[in-house]
Amino acid sequence: MINQMAEVLVEPRIGVYVCHCGSNIAGTVDVEEVSRFAGELESVKVARDYKFMCSEPGQNMIKDDIRELGLNRVVVASCSPTLHEPTFRRVCQESGINPYLFQMANIREQCSWVTEDHDGATVKAKALVGAAVNRVYYHEPLDVRQVSINPNTLVVGGGIAGIQAALEIADAGHKVYLVERTPSIGGHMAQLDKTFPTLDCSACILTPKMTLVSRHPNIELLTYSEVEDVSGYIGSFKVKIRKKARYVDMDKCTGCGLCQEKCPWKAPSEFEVGLGKRKAIYIPFAQAVPNKPVIDAEHCAYFLKGTCRACEKFCEAKAIDFDQKDEVVEVDVGNVILATGYDLFKPSGIYEYGYGKLDNVITSLEFERLVNSAGPTQGEILLKNGSHPKSIAIIHCAGSRDKDYHEYCSRVCCMYSMKFSHLIREHMAQTKSYEFYVDIRSFGKGYEEFYNRVVDEQTVFIKARPSKVTQDAGKLGDESKLVVHYASSDGTKHQQPVDMVVISTALEPQKDADAVGRLFGVSRSADGFFRERHPKMDPMATMNEGIFIVGCCQGPKDIPDTIAQASGAAGRVLAMISKGEVEIEATTSVIDEARCAGCRVCEGLCPFGAISFDAEKKVSRINEALCKGCRVCVAACPSAAISGKHFTTKQIMAEIKGMLIESKRGS
Amino acid sequence: MRQKIGDQPRIVGFLCKWCSYAGADLAGTSRKKYPSNLTVLKVPCSGRIDPLFVLKGLRLGFDGVLVSGCHPGDCHYQTGNYRARRRIVITKKFLEYLGIPEERIQASWVSAAEGTKFARVVADVVENVRAIGPNNLFNNEG
Repeated sequence: MINQMAEVLVEPRIGVYVCHCGSNIAGTVDVEEVSRFAGELESVKVARDYKFMCSEPGQNMIKDDIRELGLNRVVVASCSPTLHEPTFRRVCQESGINPYLFQMANIREQCSWVTEDHDGATVKAKALVGAAVNRVYYHEPLDVRQVSINPNTLVVGGGIAGIQAALEIADAGHKVYLVERTPSIGGHMAQLDKTFPTLDCSACILTPKMTLVSRHPNIELLTYSEVEDVSGYIGSFKVKIRKKARYVDMDKCTGCGLCQEKCPWKAPSEFEVGLGKRKAIYIPFAQAVPNKPVIDAEHCAYFLKGTCRACEKFCEAKAIDFDQKDEVVEVDVGNVILATGYDLFKPSGIYEYGYGKLDNVITSLEFERLVNSAGPTQGEILLKNGSHPKSIAIIHCAGSRDKDYHEYCSRVCCMYSMKFSHLIREHMAQTKSYEFYVDIRSFGKGYEEFYNRVVDEQTVFIKARPSKVTQDAGKLGDESKLVVHYASSDGTKHQQPVDMVVISTALEPQKDADAVGRLFGVSRSADGFFRERHPKMDPMATMNEGIFIVGCCQGPKDIPDTIAQASGAAGRVLAMISKGEVEIEATTSVIDEARCAGCRVCEGLCPFGAISFDAEKKVSRINEALCKGCRVCVAACPSAAISGKHFTTKQIMAEIKGMLIESKRGS
Repeated sequence: MRQKIGDQPRIVGFLCKWCSYAGADLAGTSRKKYPSNLTVLKVPCSGRIDPLFVLKGLRLGFDGVLVSGCHPGDCHYQTGNYRARRRIVITKKFLEYLGIPEERIQASWVSAAEGTKFARVVADVVENVRAIGPNNLFNNEG
């Protein structure tokens, strides 16, 4: 099959190892048969099958063969290269073979696991092994690129996840740029009242960390800023950040707050989720960091009509600057941690629940603000008419565990809903609360105990997903009453009149998660959240080296899990900083100047501007530092002058051919 | 009797490593079932797929070729899949010129999250290629 021997300098001596993976592969694929087939292939000196190739004895089997049989190329047929390619490359390296003289055949994820047809799977496994053997024949030794790690880190998102990650890295003595899109850090956690199950006041445990961030000598805080562009790779990313105009000179402003007192223009407060008002010049909330105002040009009379300027008149520090412009800054970092958080599902989509149409139907976050002593009602749970509700229904799983909206469980709703019942009891001992739940999921430390406590507090638990909420005035007498309609498990229909309905809404990906993902080269899983490198073994890294994901941007999670993940990612970044350099794949393309016709087709195709033209020699050249290894130029070069390392045309052609060895032998 | 997929349509799939190859892995970890007729060749980006690979596959006797990469707009290298998309169109035209049914090239965008979709794509591709019959154009000589 192989007829271009002359191209290879040292005669290839290939070893093939077929893994049983217990019964994961051997249960479907006839591994002995595959191994026997491999043993007959050209240049294969040994072919073996073994229960677990990744185990110590499995690895030693390869090492022994390399030593005793003088192998210089290795093929392992086992799981996906995503899992064990690094393992076997290391085995090669430790035995003195260049790690790129190795090829993996994926006969588990892409063979034994996707069929019940044993014969078909065995034939396919042989095709994959034949392809790998043919390919590895043409592999060339490559040098792994060592790149140094810039010790600065970018953290995107100033919620609890970003704050935690930034503090961990900054405390270790390294520079962090913390970018937050809104005028203050704090995120959703700053809006919460108490936190389950310990009932710590959310602000009390969060604001000390916010203050630490603002004072930290190693953290450069960029609030009201957004990342616009990211280029480079692990170790040396270049990031462009747009600092939006605040129209307030942060150096001059003393944060006295007089401007927002004097400003006559109001707008709905984002922090109070529309339940309260703020001024056109405003500090988002009392503990905001930085505790300095920003002008919302969309609601400011000066920007709308050219008049007013009240803030400017009253500002003694002369900090108001209506002419301020957006500023774009560029920073160099070695790693990026994304902590961009979540959005809350808008329950107006579930029109049966009447949110946005019926009074006193509110979301969970609105309830958090209502019950908070710094909130719009100073902590009084009030109905629209100003009276206290005598009964409140809390509807779980709105938008979660529902195939019409989000299939996943949002993981925090059961607990915060039960926290609401507890807080209702604390604020108004006589008010009844009804928890309409699907299943109670109280899986964390101290969570089940909290559930038992809420049960003991006479909360009514009703296992049902209500069908609708109405305002059935006439029938039940009281016009302001809401009615929750539900069916119990035996199918009987019930109606529960209440004064207020709280909808426990799902956590969902940020609306612009797709754009942010694209910006940082991070893909998303089926639920729309950022996709981790491995759901179990590597839940904070991404497929893009040097980009980490923490907190709810990776998936719904509670505060303890968020803190753990953020600290974990910070640890990973610190490990790289302390090592100082990292190995990256030898993936670039090179141009053979002798063959280059200087047509410059490649130059226009390169998305990274890595190709330049040498006008004197009339040839194109690739800057290896900028090349990311997509090899789009390789496929386009009309004179085949460009070769993409480790994906050369010869290697790929040999691989295609190798897939058919089996069928041709058999026929 | 041994059932050989050699008797059935043989298909080679060029999958980009970021999206479609990961999607194929996910189909595996989720134990989605699909026909064994397709063997996968991993490429760094769908933009690496040289039309010659497609022709080589058909020349060697494959009955069909699948090209799959990230969804438009999601390319890890920004624009590689757009290049692939154009090349597929041109390669189809070329096949038509050669008198080869253009259905022998199939393309589908599969993300890393779309394991179920990948299994469906393979089943569809196998069906489509089976419908046009075996590729005897080059007498499978390779």
